[in-house]
Parts: sequence; structure tokens; C-alpha cells
Amino acid sequence: MIFQPAIIALLLAAGLSLAMLATASPFAVQLIRHWDLGSGSERQLRLERLTYLFSMMVALVCGLQILSTLLFVFNADKMSVMFVGAMCAVGALNANAYGFPALYAQLALFFFASTWLAINRLDNQARDYPLTRLKYVLLLAYAPLAALVLYLQFNYFIRLEADVITSCCGSMFSEEADTVASEVSAMAPRQAIALFYAGLGTAVLLALWHWRGAGRRVWSGLAVGASSVVAFFAALMGIVAFVSLYIYEHPHHHCPFCILKPEYDYQGYLLYVPLFAAAAAGLAAGVLTLFARRPSLATLAPQASARLAGIAAAGFALFLAVASFMVLSSNLILLE
Amino acid sequence: MNRWIEKQRHLIDFTASSLARRKGKSLGLLVVYTLLVFVLASVSLYTHALRNEATRVLAGTPEVVLQRLIAGRHDLIPPGYIEKIGRVRGVQKIEGRLWGYYYDSVLKANYTFMVPSDRRIAEGEIVVGPALERSRGLAEGNGISFRAYSGELHTFIVSEVLAHESELVNADLVLMSEADFRRFFAYPDGHYTDIALWVANPQEVRNVGLKLINALPDSRPILREEVLRTYASIFDWREGMMLALLSAAILAFGIFAWEKAAGLSAEEKREIGILKAIGWETGDVIAMKFWEGFLVSLLAFLLGYVAAYVHVFHFEFALFAPVLQGWAVLYPSFALTPKIDGLQVATLFVFSVLPYTAATLVPIWRAATTDPDTVMRS
Repeated sequence: MIFQPAIIALLLAAGLSLAMLATASPFAVQLIRHWDLGSGSERQLRLERLTYLFSMMVALVCGLQILSTLLFVFNADKMSVMFVGAMCAVGALNANAYGFPALYAQLALFFFASTWLAINRLDNQARDYPLTRLKYVLLLAYAPLAALVLYLQFNYFIRLEADVITSCCGSMFSEEADTVASEVSAMAPRQAIALFYAGLGTAVLLALWHWRGAGRRVWSGLAVGASSVVAFFAALMGIVAFVSLYIYEHPHHHCPFCILKPEYDYQGYLLYVPLFAAAAAGLAAGVLTLFARRPSLATLAPQASARLAGIAAAGFALFLAVASFMVLSSNLILLE
Repeated sequence: MNRWIEKQRHLIDFTASSLARRKGKSLGLLVVYTLLVFVLASVSLYTHALRNEATRVLAGTPEVVLQRLIAGRHDLIPPGYIEKIGRVRGVQKIEGRLWGYYYDSVLKANYTFMVPSDRRIAEGEIVVGPALERSRGLAEGNGISFRAYSGELHTFIVSEVLAHESELVNADLVLMSEADFRRFFAYPDGHYTDIALWVANPQEVRNVGLKLINALPDSRPILREEVLRTYASIFDWREGMMLALLSAAILAFGIFAWEKAAGLSAEEKREIGILKAIGWETGDVIAMKFWEGFLVSLLAFLLGYVAAYVHVFHFEFALFAPVLQGWAVLYPSFALTPKIDGLQVATLFVFSVLPYTAATLVPIWRAATTDPDTVMRS
């Protein structure tokens, strides 16, 4: 099934990302070894010049990964008609063993990319580019991850076989064909609701507190980062366990992807866009506070961290509001 | 935040006027870029509309069609076969269908002859599809003769012409009564072409199929969802093949964009030199170049997409239709329902804007990092 436009596009994006990161890697090694802003040597000048190119390149790769993540989920949903028993993206991703790992790797890459972009932005604001070395160390870690994504996606797509009619035997659907699992398991709604509101509420409060404190407390920043990660998983679990049930008004339909479909008025985007933005911002807020100790970043890092925490608080709050509204306006009665 | 927006606004302003100053060069790039988007968007809009049309057309067909096979070939359903199926739980209606193909040597085309189950047609009369109306010049009340495979001539009166709206399915259709059909083709009594089954619950369709295979091992059930899947994957495959072929064009475009961006004129070099001399930073020049690329991409994307939309939905995809839609003597003329899909737009974006951006990266950097004094001295 490699000759599908969206699949070609995804592989093209992944291949191009990897190619750009691979070209940047030897330079990254050079930079890590020889970077010295105090020196006026020819090599240093060349390195300084090249950082512009590679920063641009990696920024492009990061943007591309954000787009790819969307495209991947979109495409999985579209492909579900091709497989017996697949109703939506879950079924399409379950069509072989590489589907979900590819999605998870893509998501990991997304958060990695957004954090890198935040660090890059902070680094460019400081006079002496204090984080340049770190940025390129991260880039070296980024390249294998991009290679992994390409490997998983390629294996996923190349192993897909659409269940179509063949000229010889009409029913490809014969008894032996196994259907793909189309459901995801979920925890009991009462516990899930408690965890959902506790996790997200904590994240909102911590982020607000960090924002109010102008990002000066390092440990509150770290707490924002950690709570964002927890809240992200709590939110996903909550969507699977009860929010989706209320949206579908069906006590057994747990799919986190169907809410993206036109049948449900694309409501999923109202949930996922603030959620992903908030989680990425919260994570970056946590990471950036780590750099407050560097002299040239003493004011810049807390500032940037506080701003990101503000975005995270707003995003999580918006997500909570939207999810609560969906639950309250639904006709489903899940809890007596 | 306001200061940042203000700065970008000024940069965009500057970029737009600088693009306007170099009209010839910018226009050349814009035309090529627009053409690329136009071709890619035409292909994807058209296949998407075809896919939708197939889904719409198949929505009214029976969930399962049962054929009988002998030595792997399609054969007639013998008498008593439908009774053998008996009552299958979940099946609303079982019906033997009568249809076949007739080759008309006048037009050198195939018609589909069919006995409709939902309407009665008087003996000696037929109802014809719009393509037949056009090509044989038929109208209501006209008579027409067909030479049967046995050699005899049969004459029918056209009682009605089918609606043009559904031409995609009924273009070459000829509807007639069961008695006429059996007489015309010398079809044995009690035999049918295939069996249609309507199933109420979509989740039961597969089970019904399995039961049919168990009850009648020489049959092959074809499910509607299978037909849909097959159509969808054929259209996807054709579109993918088209795109794979067009990848050469995309590559050529990438090289073209690289050349355009790399070949800075002496004037442009001087411009950048002066900008840097009066205090612009490398980052500012990069931002300016980024906006330049963004403006050109956006404009080309919009122009190309709109042109493709008009091409597909108003001019019936005239340029590439033979490649994608297949071919037939009695080809239905049909208008597609306009539909834009997010996935298609995102895919198109990856195919057009991404190569451009990637190709101009190095030239932009090279331009932005030139030293002002080297430029102005040369």
C-alpha cells in the first residue's frame, strides 16, 4: 500500500527530516568539540555562521514533525476502510505490529521537537548563545529518533495489505481472515474521572503558580514540567475512559480517534489542539527553568519559562472546560 | 508580543516591495510553482471526488451479492438454489437478479440489459439510459431493434429515458421485462444471473457471508464493503502512481527553486550588504527571506489550488481525465460533487511547499551570512 499519496507524503517528510539531521550531525560533533565563543579563530567564525544554517534546518524538521503527526493520525483514520473489521484509526493502526509503535514514536518526536524549538528560541535571545552546545548534543540524540520513526513508518506501511477483491476468489474475507482489534481497553469511569480532574487540576494550578511567580522558583518550574507529563497521560486516559463515551453517547465506544471524524463534528480537535499545545508548553517550561543558573540567562530563562507556563495553564484549563462541557451537554448517563 | 508582530509586519512589508521590484524573477518562479500545485491538486481533487462518487453510488446497492462458480468461472444460478439458502437470520430480502451484456455492432459498444426488481415494465417496452439516448438518438416512443445472439431481430418501444443525474451508473443501461429478457437471450427458465441479499445490520454482513459459503460451497459472496474497499484502493493507487510519476517534476521544481534562490543578482547582493551595514542582523535577513518564501508559497498554493478546483469541477478534468478515469465507448458524462478534504490539502502541502522550503534553505543561509564589506567591495 506504499502507493498512497498520504503515505508517500509521510515517508517523504520522514526521509527528508532524517536526511537533514544526518547532514547536520557531523557538524554537530565538530561544534560540540570546538565551540568557543571567546575565540576569534577562523574555525569559530565558520562554526558561528553554520549554526544559522543548521538551526534553520532543525527548525524546519521540527515544524515538519508537528505536521507529520497530524497527517499520520488523519491518514490512519482514512485507511480504516481498507481493512476488514477496522472502524477507525485504531483498527488501521492495529493492522500490523508496527502501527502503534510508529504513532508513539511520532508523538515522542513531536514533544522532542517542540522542546528543542523552545531551547533554540531561548538560546537565540541570550547575548552569548550559552545553550548552543546542548542544542547540538540534543540534535545528535534527535537523529536516531528520526531514523527510528522512518523505520517504523516504513515497516508499518509496507506491511499493510488492503483486503480487496482478487480476481480469483472474490471473498478475501474468508473464514480464516482475522479481523483487527478495533477497540481500546479502558479503566472504570469513576476512577478515571477522579484521576482526570486531579491530574489536570494540579497541572493548571502548578502552572498558574509558576507563572505568578514570574518563573523564578526552579522547583516549581520542574513541577510544572512533571505535572504536564502526568496531566497529558491523565487526559488521554480520561478521553479513552469517559469523555469519548459522552461524546458518542454510547457506553462502550472508547475510541480516541473517532472524535476527530466529521460524524462527530470534529470535536476531537477542540480537545487535542489545546491539550498538545499545553503539554508541549508545560514540558518546555520545566526544561527551561533548568538554565536559570547560567549568568546570561538569569532573567531570560525564568521569563520564557513563566510565559510557557502561562500557555500551559491556559491550554489545560481550556481543555478541561471543553471536556467538561462535552460531558455535561451529553445525553448519556454513565454514573447514577 | 506586540513588538514582535510589529517587526514581522515591517519585514513582510519590506519583502513584498522587494519582490515587486524584481518582478521578472519573482513571476517566473510563481508561474512554475503555481503550475506544480495545479497539477498535483488537480490529481488529488479529482481522485477524491471519484472516490466519493463511488461511495455514494454503492450506498444503495445490496450488501451481499452471491455468484455461483463452476471451475472458477461465473455461472448461472440454477432453479432451487435460492430455496437452498433458506432463511438466514439478519437477511431482510433475497432476490434473484437477471442482467447481462449485449454487444451492439452499430455503436461497437456494450449495453447492460437488466430486469429491474423495483418497477414493472410492460412487455415489448424498454427504458434506456442517457448515453443510449445520445448515441442512438432515441427518445420516448421511438422503436429500436436489437439482433439477439440467436440471430433473430427483436423490436422494442422506448417508454422512458432515465434521469441524467445518475448517469455514472445508468449510462449504458437498458431495462426490460423478465419475459422479454428471457426471450431475447434465450435464458433458461428458473435460472438467474446472481442473487442479491439485503442485510439490515452492517456488523452481521460478514456472518451472513460465512453462512452462505457453508450452505453453498460452490458460491462466492461479494460484500459491498469489499467492493468499496477495492474501488478506494484502486483510486488511491492510481493517484499514488500519478504522484510517483510526477515526483520527477517535483524534483525538477526543487532544483529550479534552488537555482533561483542561489543565483542572487549583483543588485540583491548589494541590497543585503547595505542592509547588514546599516544594522540588520543575520537573523533578520533570514526572517526576511523566510517571509519571501512564505509569500511566494502561499500565493502559488492558493492560485494553483483554485485553478485546479476550476479545472476539475468546471472543466471536467479535461487535461488528465484519460489517465485517471478509465475508458469506455459509452462513457457517462457526469459532473462531480465538489469536495475538499483536509488530508488532501495537507498531503499536497508536503508535496509542494516542503520541496521548495528544503531547496531554498542553503541559498537563503548563504545570502544571509555574506559579509557586507565583501559584497560592497566587489
